[in-house]
Amino acid sequence: MTFLAKPKLHHPGLPTNALGFNRRDYEGAISTLCAGCGHDSISAGIIQACFELDLPPHRIAKLSGIGCSSKTPAYFLGSSHGFNSVHGRMPSVLTGANLANRDLIYLGVSGDGDSASIGFGQFAHSIRRSVNMTYVVENNGVYGLTKGQFSATSDKGSKSKKGVANTDQAIDLVSVALQLGASFVARSFSGDKHQLIPILKAALTHQGSAFIDVISPCVAFNNHPGSTKSFDYVRAHNEAVNSLDLILERDEIVADYQPGTVELVTQHDGSVLKLRKLAEHYDPSDRLSAMTYLQQRQAAGEIVTGVLYVDPEAGDLHEHLDTTATPLNQLGDAALVPGAAALAAINASLR
Amino acid sequence: MEPTDIGQSDYFHKVVDCQWACPAHTPVPEYIRLIADGRYDDAYMINWKSNVFPGILGRTCDRPCEPACRRGRVEDEPVAICRLKRVAADNKGDIAHRLPTAPAAKNGKRVACIGAGPASLTVARDLAPLGYHVTVYDGDAKGGGMIRSQIPRFRLPEEVIDEEVGYITGLGLEMRLGERIDSLKALLEEGYDAVFVGSGAPRGRDLEIPGRQEAAANIHIGIDWLSNVSFEHVDRIGRRVIVLGGGNTAMDCCRTSRRLGGEDVKVIVRSGFEEMKASAWEKEDAMHEGIPILNFLVPKAFTHEGGRLTGVTFEEVAPVIDDRGRRTLVPTGNPDQHFECDDVLLAIGQENSFPWIEREIGMEFDRWGMPVVDAATFQSTLPGVFFGGDAAFGPKNIIWAVAHGHDAAVSIDLYCRGEDVRQRPAPGVTLASQKMGIHEWSYDNDVSNDLRFKVPLRDREVALKNVKVEVELGFDRELGFAEAQRCLNCDVQTVFAPPACIECDACVDICPVDCITFTDNGEESELRSRLTAPAKTLSQALYVSPELKTRRVMVKDEDVCLHCGLCAERCPTGAWDMQKFRLDMTLAGSSCQSR
Ligand SMILES: Cc1cc2nc3c(=O)[nH]c(=O)nc-3n(C[C@H](O)[C@H](O)[C@H](O)COP(=O)(O)OP(=O)(O)OC[C@H]3O[C@@H](n4cnc5c(N)ncnc54)[C@H](O)[C@@H]3O)c2cc1C
Ligand SMILES: Cc1ncc(C[n+]2csc(CCOP(=O)(O)OP(=O)(O)O)c2C)c(N)n1
Ligand code: SF4
Ligand code: SF4
Ligand code: SF4
Ligand SMILES: [Mg+2]
Repeated sequence: MTFLAKPKLHHPGLPTNALGFNRRDYEGAISTLCAGCGHDSISAGIIQACFELDLPPHRIAKLSGIGCSSKTPAYFLGSSHGFNSVHGRMPSVLTGANLANRDLIYLGVSGDGDSASIGFGQFAHSIRRSVNMTYVVENNGVYGLTKGQFSATSDKGSKSKKGVANTDQAIDLVSVALQLGASFVARSFSGDKHQLIPILKAALTHQGSAFIDVISPCVAFNNHPGSTKSFDYVRAHNEAVNSLDLILERDEIVADYQPGTVELVTQHDGSVLKLRKLAEHYDPSDRLSAMTYLQQRQAAGEIVTGVLYVDPEAGDLHEHLDTTATPLNQLGDAALVPGAAALAAINASLR
Repeated sequence: MEPTDIGQSDYFHKVVDCQWACPAHTPVPEYIRLIADGRYDDAYMINWKSNVFPGILGRTCDRPCEPACRRGRVEDEPVAICRLKRVAADNKGDIAHRLPTAPAAKNGKRVACIGAGPASLTVARDLAPLGYHVTVYDGDAKGGGMIRSQIPRFRLPEEVIDEEVGYITGLGLEMRLGERIDSLKALLEEGYDAVFVGSGAPRGRDLEIPGRQEAAANIHIGIDWLSNVSFEHVDRIGRRVIVLGGGNTAMDCCRTSRRLGGEDVKVIVRSGFEEMKASAWEKEDAMHEGIPILNFLVPKAFTHEGGRLTGVTFEEVAPVIDDRGRRTLVPTGNPDQHFECDDVLLAIGQENSFPWIEREIGMEFDRWGMPVVDAATFQSTLPGVFFGGDAAFGPKNIIWAVAHGHDAAVSIDLYCRGEDVRQRPAPGVTLASQKMGIHEWSYDNDVSNDLRFKVPLRDREVALKNVKVEVELGFDRELGFAEAQRCLNCDVQTVFAPPACIECDACVDICPVDCITFTDNGEESELRSRLTAPAKTLSQALYVSPELKTRRVMVKDEDVCLHCGLCAERCPTGAWDMQKFRLDMTLAGSSCQSR
């Protein structure tokens, strides 16, 4: 970690986006995580993604739980809304915030402990309800903040820093998210921003519950030989199914590919995912075969990354509940407090 | 690209932009840190060793370091390097005991220096402590050369000249002041082991246009007039003065005129404002004193009446780009303009003249009448005779004269010892880690956000009353500290140890100015285009590592690195370290190891 604030001076050639901001305008306070932590790279990826998408910082809400990973929202998007919930409760707080104000862009940031251990139920329900959000798990296989105990995503047989092997079965959050109906599912690696940033951008523009499992080595407690979440292990076993370019509506699509090698997926907001196939026959629009493929490759010891599943037509919680299109804070008192007569009418209709 | 060889002394030297740009290679950031630390004596001595005249240069240097300063590439203005030098000089205590002394036992070699300007005095300073008997000749009554005769006192008080010239003459030199050398041949016959010619470029250019002869009484050659003012032979000028010329001499002429009775003083220049030779700050200072600068006017004639100058007529010109892309000045055809005046000062250039060097002694001169001098050794074609300062390659400035002096002294020393003047000792170079603790460094790595501070000036009314009153008050200690904090410590280098790197990207993410990239290797121009921030300043090096574990390389663009050390603080494995680069220039008597 560093004690100094990052100098304000920036590169003279730093580009600005459509809003007139440069990338550094999307930064937050200086990180207090361990030097070299994968989570810091993910923060840098989020900063870059929001900058490139021209997102207005004040229209983003970042929510997290407890853990090193959950601390990171302090280190990016310093001008955005933030909520640091109790351990494992980010998904509920996010769901509530989303119901109240559907106009914000919701970014949930969590850890493997926060989401797969204490918050497993919360995680599952926010996904199955199709909350319109980007849900990022910074997955290091340990409870980093409490000094490196195995978490629920730690692979069976993976060794602790002291050399003790994990005997429990791992929860694969990507498989769970697929099963629970997430409409955008991806996995990436903190050490590969070329892959991570387009995925973050695609998730942020996706309508529906977008889940990203980002493997993020803990340099302090889980980056040794024998760990399956170390830089070296992940680099050696990483198998990307595709590579992604996100093309925004304003950009022109250039047909620079061989037929059959690239798939174009148009999202609700008009953005297009340009997916270049890396694994033959992999089809990210087929949930069932995606799940099968993941199980097969995992059994073969591979870490499958890329955009694993996307349903561009998915609806979200608001659509399912048929809620008002107006955020609650923009409704007048008359609409928000319809009075005793209106309540009586509702009750009567349910008798 | 091939991996960078950081062992080669020029690599990190170039990163210290100011030191690289300084002709004498003064260790700028080192002395700036000492000023911030309040160690003015130490800061002064570092300067004194490199540039010999810190108090003088801290007021007058042409400061090639400042346009080079990295700070000017990350924000509006460079560090006020020059005026910080003055802070060290103004605030130091008595440093006499830290100066070298001439040894009681001489080495038996005698060296003559012609001229007592900065070039000769540097040669004398470097050689006297080695035991040489140095004799300095100057036609003027006091030492200092043009520092004393030309630079006006309101920019440089005489006490400062006396002090710093005194440190050198105090080294037991034989000062033959008031003695002009009229024959090099005769001097050589006196049997000196070596002769150094530091006679400057003493002749001011004249302007032969109609009326020059008739109005001669009120038309003055600028540098002659300035030295007459300095030596107090002249203390008045007419009320209306026209200064012709656009260089620093013109600026000194006009500002001096304002103090000697000139109320309506103008500078009139044939070129445009931007193309004028004077430094930006000299022009600013002149205009601040109510002196207009008129451009694109070419003098055609001096007008006169009854033997008295009445004014100058000018033809108006405009810049035109010709078909070969060259810029030329072409008359506009507008009617000529006439400006009335009582006196004219000509500041249109300076020349060398060597009437006292007999051509038959065998020294080679080129077709412009300049001696043929080796650019590295400063040796003329007559082996025992060396040149330096304005005498060597035409008029430059003090810091170049000093740099020449150092190099010539190295040559003279080698020559007198019977060694090859081309085998020059390499400069001393060290590189040392500055790590003091996990996140502690021996230097203050917190980067200041302050903009450049302005040097306080004396009230204009007071300043214009007396030619000897110094205009600039200089930074006080507080301002000096704040300005010193703007320095980025470019000598504290980022040094990369490839085997330790785990390619975690932490350094890439933290770097405030996007210097670092991990990417596939490539050919330089292509590599420059695909870095985190494209590396467009081609004069600034890329630091490229050998291939790493992922077969990529680390590429660091040195261009705008703030030397903040955050990369090293963030690196989990210590692959980055902050190491101080120190380069001590070769001075005469340095132990011999070939570069
Ligand atoms: C008006 C003016 C202002 C300037 N302002 C600045 C400034 O602000 N900053 C800066 O860096 N530079 C300035 N310069 C330039 C600077 O003064 C010179 O570049 C520098 O002094 C050159 O040093 P030097 O040792 O080569 O020679 P000089 O300083 O010119 O010294 C040569 C000496 O040799 C003597 N001499 C010459 N011939 C003989 C002889 N035959 N026998 C004996 N003695 C002889 C002369 O009397 C003189 O004293 C200025 C120049 C002028 C004209
Ligand atoms: C209710 C509650 N139980 C336990 C803790 C202790 N605790 C703090 S962080 C943490 C685990 C965090 O792990 P993870 O989400 O993987 O984050 P990481 O630090 O690894 O990024 C635990 C168990 C707590 N803060 N609150
Ligand atoms: S910032 Fe300091 S060290 Fe760097 S070039 Fe400027 S003066 Fe020199
Ligand atoms: S010292 Fe390191 S972090 Fe700081 S600007 Fe230079 S490369 Fe970047
Ligand atoms: S922080 Fe250190 S280990 Fe990480 S990439 Fe940079 S140099 Fe390598
Ligand atoms: Mg964790």
